[in-house]
Amino acid sequence: MEFIYYFGDVFTPLSFMLLLGGTIGGLILGATPGLSPTMAVALLIPFTFQLEAAQGLILLGAAYTSTVAGGAVSAILLKIPGAPANIATTLDGHTMAKQGQGARALQLSFLASAVGGIFGVLLLIFLTPVLAQWALAFGPSHLFWLAILGVTVIGTLDSASVVKGLLSGCIGLWLATIGFDDIMGAQRFIFHPALGGGINIIAALIGLFAIPQVLTMFAKGRHNTGAEVIEVQRHSILEAFRELFSRTRALSIGTLTGSIIGLIPGVGGQIAGLVAYDQTKKFSSEKDKFGTGHSEGVIAAESANNAMVGPSLVPLLTLSIPGSPTAAVLLGGLLIHGIFPGSDLFDNHPDVAWTFINSMLIGQVLMCIFGLYVAGLAARVAQVPQSVMAAIVLSLSVFGAYSVQGSMGDVYVMACLGIGMFFLERFGFSAAPLVLGLILGPIAEANFIQGGMIADASVGKASYFLTGGLNLFLIAVVLASIAYSVWMELRSRRYTTKEEAQA
Amino acid sequence: MNRSQHIFGSGLVFAVGLWVAWVSYTQQPAEAFLFPRLIATVFVGLAGWTFGKAVMGLSKVGNGVTRAMFLNMLPGLIITLIYVFWAAKSLGFYTATAIAFFVLLSIYDPDPHTEAKTWVKRGVITAVFLAVMYGLFAMLLNVYTPREILF
Repeated sequence: MEFIYYFGDVFTPLSFMLLLGGTIGGLILGATPGLSPTMAVALLIPFTFQLEAAQGLILLGAAYTSTVAGGAVSAILLKIPGAPANIATTLDGHTMAKQGQGARALQLSFLASAVGGIFGVLLLIFLTPVLAQWALAFGPSHLFWLAILGVTVIGTLDSASVVKGLLSGCIGLWLATIGFDDIMGAQRFIFHPALGGGINIIAALIGLFAIPQVLTMFAKGRHNTGAEVIEVQRHSILEAFRELFSRTRALSIGTLTGSIIGLIPGVGGQIAGLVAYDQTKKFSSEKDKFGTGHSEGVIAAESANNAMVGPSLVPLLTLSIPGSPTAAVLLGGLLIHGIFPGSDLFDNHPDVAWTFINSMLIGQVLMCIFGLYVAGLAARVAQVPQSVMAAIVLSLSVFGAYSVQGSMGDVYVMACLGIGMFFLERFGFSAAPLVLGLILGPIAEANFIQGGMIADASVGKASYFLTGGLNLFLIAVVLASIAYSVWMELRSRRYTTKEEAQA
Repeated sequence: MNRSQHIFGSGLVFAVGLWVAWVSYTQQPAEAFLFPRLIATVFVGLAGWTFGKAVMGLSKVGNGVTRAMFLNMLPGLIITLIYVFWAAKSLGFYTATAIAFFVLLSIYDPDPHTEAKTWVKRGVITAVFLAVMYGLFAMLLNVYTPREILF
């Protein structure tokens, strides 16, 4: 119950202002199609440099939570999901809006998001310290395998192609080695003076997540979103409350599904929403109503994608394995403040850890309250032409990358990585494993070297890295995640081939 | 996505992988390249597999870049490159940002170019955005950006 002692820190004027600003700004950004939660958090990192670690994390956490929920606004009112996590919300939410029940859909979506989100953060509160203490038993070989696990799990589960996902992870691991070697001081892969200090994580994050979206907006050419905002009629919030709690099956299936999926590293909110929607439909007595503007669809999808947020931080805060691409960006935000996840975070920086987690709990309530009020405004913002959005994001990326350490080299690196990532994405590669490789690369290498030294003085490298219960367990999980993804890929290809044959 | 694009994309990645492996296995001191060697070995293996599949026409994942997409994107990409690699440093961050912002807005804005109102709107949006950027970065975050010949 240590977290209770740090609740007061969330309510200091600056912290609360940041929480409020992050929540409202996140709701508006989340509603804007093309601005993903990951990109929003990456672009916000430079604004946290001058803040204390806890305050910086409050801002990033609030933006993460509310961008996921904000995506429901454009999903419901414009039929354009603000983020992939909101795809399932569109199925019934937009139909409800077209039937004149937009306000009801929005109210249910924000209330369900808050319930799911609060449950998810409570899981985070109770699971994290236990797992963080367990992580104390990890030696260099285990930490090496954990870092590799982080890259392979996201590489295999977050990508359409297992091989390309793993290859993206390899590219990230290689990028992490650029610069001077920490132990020997040798130059590695420095083919341009801008790379002398290695690749700055924040500049890379901004480039990898923001620039491909800018180029995607350019690629659409001169056109309007073409979506019209559906006018929202007034609807009693009390009725929405009553309806939400009368749909307990949808709410509990959504919340539980989201929480469980959030705990699995690499599986994002998009899957949480769709799985919860599908499961709720299966267990519902009104199956036929799904897709025709049924409130259970909205409740299940929104409670799931927000319930996923808290648990996705459990592997990040305990084992340094981000549960989602946005969590990977948050890890970057932690590292720039010199804070390492795991027991160090809870033993040496409990104020930072608990203030951040508590702020996410308060943030869920604020998100629900303000979500209902700013939904109309957010839907209008979602109609901002893509030309304006692209120009804004590009400028913010340049300023953000420069402000990291006042170096043009970081801006060049940001642009090169971003442009390269755009083309790689078009060829089926994925940014998330590449980012994971970049972030976890130094952790993997440090433990590989340290473990190698211990091994040389004792049992030898092969025995040290490849034997022992925990090592074998971690290796088995790495292999299982790859095998599972290969099986899924082959199965989906078989279905596609069958469908093609039938067509 | 056509086969030649798959071959080009995966071929480029494979070439990078080979270069990484060559550097890792030839540079000294060897101790500094232990971890890169490990990565390079896996990198080359996976990149070779991907390239081989592309050559045999078995690559399916990825939408590629269509001609229309590329032509739409090209002006924006060129302006981005000029902005990042030349203008920001040579003209000053704020001047370069204002010019790049206004030009990008003008190129991609769906509103007709023939109406004076449209140009005024673009100018106002650029000015407001620049003011916000200056407030955020110069005044709030105290980021000193290159001013160079202009601002």
